[in-house]
Amino acid sequence: MWIGILIGVLVLLIIGFVVFLYNKLVRYRNRVENAWHQIDVQLNRRADLIPNLVETVKGYASHERETLEGVTKARTAMMNASTVGENAQAEGMLSGALKNLFAVAEAYPDLKANQNFLALQEELSGTENKIAYARQFYNDSVMSYDIARQKFPANVIAGMFKFTEKREYFEPETPDYKEVPKVSF
Amino acid sequence: MYEQISSNKWKSMLMMFFFFVFVLGIGYIIGRAWGGSDGWYFGIIFAFIFALIMGLVSYYRSDSIALRISGAREVGDGEYPRYRHTVEGLAIAAGIPKPRAYIIDSPAPNAFATGRNPEHSAIAITTGLLEMLNDQELEGVVAHEMSHIKNYDILIMCLTAVLVGTLILLSDILLRTFWFGDDDSGGGAWIMLIAIVLAILSPIIAQLIKLSIGRKREFLADANGALLTRYPPGLASALWKLQQDPRQFKRANKATAHMFIVQPLKTEKGARGGWFNRLFDTHPPIEERINRLNQMSGDFVPTQTGETPTVE
Repeated sequence: MWIGILIGVLVLLIIGFVVFLYNKLVRYRNRVENAWHQIDVQLNRRADLIPNLVETVKGYASHERETLEGVTKARTAMMNASTVGENAQAEGMLSGALKNLFAVAEAYPDLKANQNFLALQEELSGTENKIAYARQFYNDSVMSYDIARQKFPANVIAGMFKFTEKREYFEPETPDYKEVPKVSF
Repeated sequence: MYEQISSNKWKSMLMMFFFFVFVLGIGYIIGRAWGGSDGWYFGIIFAFIFALIMGLVSYYRSDSIALRISGAREVGDGEYPRYRHTVEGLAIAAGIPKPRAYIIDSPAPNAFATGRNPEHSAIAITTGLLEMLNDQELEGVVAHEMSHIKNYDILIMCLTAVLVGTLILLSDILLRTFWFGDDDSGGGAWIMLIAIVLAILSPIIAQLIKLSIGRKREFLADANGALLTRYPPGLASALWKLQQDPRQFKRANKATAHMFIVQPLKTEKGARGGWFNRLFDTHPPIEERINRLNQMSGDFVPTQTGETPTVE
């Protein structure tokens, strides 16, 4: 009799514990999903800004065709990217193309004084920062998800309920000012 | 992090409870002083309703009250793009909904965060601070405030602001009660009692603020903020600039002082009433905060406006 109750209580405790761990893993996985979409939101935002920018620049510097085409091409590549690797590569390409564009713009004082152009430039650099932050949050989320599912006993639950899909990390891109200082003697 | 959040929620409830008990006690005293020996239950009933209203107001409205008394206004769509982008970006990095961005037209540099949870939160910064900081420093400051929001520090800070404000108001009423009270109902003894209550009230309020905010909370927000930006020298340099600036943010008072990123009412040695004001010290010394940030990444190099902070 007592043994029966004891076993019953133990079984209930174990079930409760499994449910708790399972829910925790679900929460972490959803956060990773959400973080991934957050990056997409920012990338789309930037993609939306680019046609406007290209139009504005065309108005002042229509013969800089090569630069403008580079930007448009990079934008298309980025919109077709689906994996972390492709995404990061296309992103790098677009950043480079945009940098080119803004460098070219330096030669056109009228363009540089254009309010619309200035606002777009500000928006773009803000969005670029947000992309970086969204990636940081994605990496953080993947890391806490990995920790949660690799620890014992959660790893048993993770194996049983297929929380095993591998998530890639974004490789760190260090902005110029965060680079390790060069040391010379 | 998560322990910090639940401890903050628990402390908020405890604070509400003590506030209730305290207000009921004062209601009793005022009832006795005004209405004689039969008046005390009117006092209790009045105090109960009063405490209930104040409690609800402080939970739901304290953020807008704090913003209003600081003279903050919400940033419009086209205004201050750099500030808006920074707030949005760091909200993404912290994984919380975007707080509303507010600006305070004041040359004195300071900033604070308020709200009751991340879904209902706001960050306010003075125009003076905004002009003074470069991008990395601004990120540091906003990240510090973002950590206060994520940790639910804002809830406890806001409750403190309104509840302490109410207690100060009540002690004022008490004071007037014994000036204009009914002398026939044994006024002499009450005056003594009230005097004693008032005498112990102010240090208790000071203690309350200190306990609920505490130095640990600021250090923690500094550390979490540095983690968000991945760049401790940004915040260190911003704190250094804040320390160098002699201007005080005059629209802060004893009830809201603890909410700001640096203490708005400065209490250095030699200032008038210095030793007494230091009882109300709500923040750890800036030097110590900068030191801890420097320990994370090496010493920052002071910058002029517009320069990027670097590490030695």
